[in-house]
This record gives sequence, C-alpha cells and structure tokens, in this order.
Amino acid sequence: MDTLGYLAHGFAVAFTPTNLLWCLVGTTLGTAIGVLPGLGPALTIALLLPITYQVAPEASFILFAGIYYGAMFGGSTTSILLNTPGESATIVTALEGNRMARSGRGGAALATSAIGSFVAGTLGTLGVAFLAPVVVKFALAFGPAEYFSLMVLAFITVSAVLGSSSVRGLTSLFVGFVIGMIGVDLQTGQPRFTFGMAELLDGVDVIIVAVGLFAVGETLYMASRRYAGKDEIVPLKGSLYMTASEWSRSWRPWLRGAAIGFPIGAMPAGGAEIPTFLSYAIEKKLSKHKEEFGTVGAIEGVAGPEAANNASAAGVLVPMLTLGLPTSATAAIMLSAFQSYGINPGPLLLTTQANLVWGLIASLFIANVILVILNLPLIGLWVRLLKIPAPQLYAGILVFATVGTYGISQSPIDLVILYLLGVAGFLMRRFDFPTAPVIIGMILGPLAETQFRRAMTIANGDWTVFYRHPLSLTLLTLAFIGLVGPHIWAWIEHRRRRGPEHVPGDA
Amino acid sequence: MSLSDRQAPSTRLAIPELLIGLGLLACAAAVAWQTLAIPVSPLYSKVGPRVFPYITMAGLIVLSLLLVLAALRGGWEPEEEKETPADWKAMGLVAAGLVANLALIQPLGFTAASVVMFVLVCFGFGSRHPLRDALLGLALALAAYFGFARALGVNIGAGLVENQLNPLIDAVLRMGRS
Repeated sequence: MDTLGYLAHGFAVAFTPTNLLWCLVGTTLGTAIGVLPGLGPALTIALLLPITYQVAPEASFILFAGIYYGAMFGGSTTSILLNTPGESATIVTALEGNRMARSGRGGAALATSAIGSFVAGTLGTLGVAFLAPVVVKFALAFGPAEYFSLMVLAFITVSAVLGSSSVRGLTSLFVGFVIGMIGVDLQTGQPRFTFGMAELLDGVDVIIVAVGLFAVGETLYMASRRYAGKDEIVPLKGSLYMTASEWSRSWRPWLRGAAIGFPIGAMPAGGAEIPTFLSYAIEKKLSKHKEEFGTVGAIEGVAGPEAANNASAAGVLVPMLTLGLPTSATAAIMLSAFQSYGINPGPLLLTTQANLVWGLIASLFIANVILVILNLPLIGLWVRLLKIPAPQLYAGILVFATVGTYGISQSPIDLVILYLLGVAGFLMRRFDFPTAPVIIGMILGPLAETQFRRAMTIANGDWTVFYRHPLSLTLLTLAFIGLVGPHIWAWIEHRRRRGPEHVPGDA
Repeated sequence: MSLSDRQAPSTRLAIPELLIGLGLLACAAAVAWQTLAIPVSPLYSKVGPRVFPYITMAGLIVLSLLLVLAALRGGWEPEEEKETPADWKAMGLVAAGLVANLALIQPLGFTAASVVMFVLVCFGFGSRHPLRDALLGLALALAAYFGFARALGVNIGAGLVENQLNPLIDAVLRMGRS
C-alpha cells in the first residue's frame, strides 16, 4: 500500500464516532490549556497518562495529538491578547500580535494566526504523511551504534545548541539522565540510585517529573514574582474577518512559515523557537510595511511565525514516529505513553501499528479543521477563560497536580519527590536553566543506554564501533560540531570585534 | 530598562549561582556513591550497569565545575530576574499549602487536604476571601476526585469527605443504570 492508501485507511480509523469524539475532546482541552498561562501540553498529557490503562492506543494518541495541536492554537490567543506567551513557541507572536491588538486590530491578528496555523498545520501533517515512510526506509539501515550516535546528536541539539547556554542546557540533560537511571536496570536487574528505598525501585514516574517541574515549579515562580507587573487583557476589537489586503499580506508568510517550520521541526533537533524567530526575521525583511513592525503591529509578523510554529510542531512527529526520537518535552511524554502500551516507536511502527500511526495522522487533519472552528467563531469563550484570576488558577493547578501524582500509588513519598522537583523547577526558571532537556534526558537516556550496550555487546566490547561505522561517525561529528561550533564562532566574532569598534557593555 | 542604567558585567562572585554549582557537585558525589553501590556480577563483563552512571557522573562534575567558574565570574542570573525581588511571603504561603496537603492527605483524604491547600495558595497569591476560596476549592477537588480520577481509573484513596459521598455517588450511578 502506498501513502495515499494508508492515509485513506487512517481516515477510516479516525472517522469512527468515538475517535472523532476523542479528537474533539483533545482539541478543546488543548486550546483551553494553551490559552491558560501556566499550563502547557507537556503537563496536560503527563496528567492524562493514566488514561493509557483505560482506552485503546488509537484513542489516547488521538486525544494527545489533539491537545498537542490545540495548545499551539490556544497559545497564540494568549500571546495576542495578553502579551504573555502561553508557550515558548509563541513568544514571537506576542511581538507583533499584541501590538496589533493594542491598535484595534486584534481580530485580524487572531484570524491570521488561526488560519495560518490551519494552513501550516495541514501542510505539516501532509509532510509527516509523506516524509515518514521515506525516513523509515533510511532508518531500517540503522544498527544500535547508529541509533546511539543519533541520540547523542539529538541530546546535543536539544540541550546545547538551542537555548541561551550550552552548559546550563547540558546540566538539565544530565540531571534528566540521573532521574531516568533511578530504578532497576533493565538488562541486569540490578537496582540503581535507589538509596536503599523500595519506593524508588520502579523508578521515578515521568508524570511526577513533568508535574513537579511544570506545575509546582511554575506556581512557585509565579508566587515569587507576584508584584512583577501584571499584563492587561486587551479587549477584542474589530471584526474577525480579514480584509482583502490582510489576506494578500498573509498568505505568502503562511506558506513561507510552513516551509521554514516543517523541515526544522523534522530534524532531530526540534524546537519551535528557531523557526519562529527565523520566520519573523524573514517576514520583517520582505515586508512592504516595515514601518508597522514594532509600532502598530504588522500582520506578516503574526502570520509567518504562527505558521512556522505549527508546521514545526507537525515536523517533530516525524523523528518521533519513525525513529522513536522525541525532540520536545511533549514528544518525550508521548513516547512514554507508547512505552506504557508496550509499543516501541521506530522504523517498524508504521507497518506493525498501521492503524495507530495512520489513524493518528488522519486525526491531525481533522483536528486542524476542528481547531480553526473552535478558535475563530468561538474565540469569545477562550477570551473569558483568560479572565480566571491567578490565585484560583494556580491553586487549581496544584489540586490537579496532587491528583496526578498521588493517584499513581497513593504514596506520600511521591508527593515529597514532586515538591522537591517543584523547588528545582522554580530555581531552574529563576536561573535560566531549560526544563525540556530534563524530560528528554529521563525518557531518552535509558533508551540511549540500551542502544549503547547493545552496540558494545555486538562489537564484543570494542569502543571503536561508534566511529568505524561511517553513518555513526557522521552523526557523532555533527554532534561535536553542534557542541563546539557555536563557541568557536563566538570566539572568532569576539576577536574580530575587539577592534576600534568595540562598544563597552555590548554583550 | 534603559541602556544607561545597564551595568558593566560585574566580576563579583554570585552567591546563589555558586550554591547551585556546588549543589550539583554534591549531586555528582551522590551519583558516585550510588554507582559504587550497584552490584556488578563478575560474569557480566562487557558493558555493565555501571558504565552509564560513570559517564553521567563525569559529565555532571565537569558541568558543575563550569557553573562554579561562571558563578565566580559574576553569575548568569538574567537582569530581569535580579530586578524582581522574590516575594517570600507569597512563596511561603504556597509552600505551607503544599506541606499541609502532604501532611493531611493520608489522615483526612484528598478532598479535605486539597481544600486546605487551595485556601492557603489563594491567600498566598493575594486573594482575601478564604471562605469563598474554600467553597471553590471544595467544588474543584470534588470535580477532580469524581470526574478526573474516576474517569481515568486513578485511585486516590478516600477520606472524610469521600467516605460520605462515595455511597451517594454509587447510588446515583446505580439509579442511572437501572
């Protein structure tokens, strides 16, 4: 069967009434948590992980994917109306979107971001459908050594290349490794890092880590800066319909954003920050209305980055489904959902779990349609959600954090770990450590270890296996360049600038 | 923040950052201690369960030393964070809410513990209507308990409030079914 045949089969799976209902629940919930500051898709999916014990894999992944896409749509609403980016990927949307809202064009900003998200999300999902089988053919040639090297590359890109500091990113990653190693070693059955506590033999659940870092940490952080200035909701003025000139200024940025976002998302680097910033820079350069950037708000600066954001979110699913390689916190938590079903994402997933994968991809198309309806005509509903006062919102988040954590095994030890991780999350937020590498490290670390040990066993304990295989060597070289390259580049720049034009304080 | 009041990068030692670096060094030491405690069968000679812990430990040591070095050079806390003094009273109340939840969840059950936490956290965030917050917290905790937890099949135990309501809910469910 070719891709179109599989896709048709996928639509047959996704169009069953129950799966449509899951898709609707997921997209609605996703938009809601995207709109609400302090809640994100990673946290929400982590809290809902126990559902994997209740329903079929298709249902839970359609639900999770709806949340994942919905959060992207909802996050832009918050960025535009509140100037508080709901997600890191919508920081750029806030730049122009909030200015547009302040100058009375909030409706058009919301419309271009929702329609742009729809266009780019649909193109990105098509990209997943057609690229995934290609990557699979390539990935079938991978042995354990290549897998390990690919994971090393992903570790470097998600922690060291993206973000403000490679040392802090890698620190987060290594802390994730330590958390991931707690529990019984799968290959030898030996307990590791349990400090003699029986409660730790099963390891630390990803739910506790995600909820601790994202919910408890975020609540402590918001409490610590209660007086740091409040953002006002800009009342929604102007019609939601875009004028002809707004349409003509939007469609090219949508397509360009999708073209930038999808490939970057699909690379084993992931992350939505780079494509959104890149798209913003390009639109600013190409725009015929440069004077609107940074003043009244330019529609291109909303349309492009929003499209890039959604296309890259779709792109992240390619390495995730074909290689089992998550490159964002949300994807890592989805990977643990696969593990909870005993399914190993990898090159064989597309054929052995055709129902699941193609049903999921088809449901993403449906989710996009539902989301554009949810986010345009029903926008008033989401604006009302923004008015939930902070005290009750964060207190409520902590109640759900308790349900998610205490529900795992009714053990107060879990709550103690949760709160310790919450304090860690607060410190990380305050001192600019990225949190996503912790989640990626704890999920992907044990998988990398398995591949490493497998490769070493096959090679009879010969370390050279990782650089004797050309593909593995290439991947490791890329990882090394990713780690060292930016520093050398900065050093050269620094040397060059130390001329007459050196500006004091120009850091 | 205007350009004029931006300070030249200070070369003073940054205490909080130094503590973070040293704390991570202590973590690396704990990793080393626990790695040595992993029993290794002599029959399993290839790559045993200790290799990755050792790599992680080495990585953590190098990274925490780099962080200590950065702290000695003035730290890295973003300017924007430095300008915002932490609201210790609000954080203390939130922490008190969390500790209360931890202490009460076993003796009183999830709902009662959640209400106490809800009120304390709301108070910490500046809400001055404890009674209204308690009612809101009760409604939310019950919704979480009966909606979320039961729908997901998560067992979060039963306490004072749940014991009163569980038979009632079961009766309603039975009536609904028949």
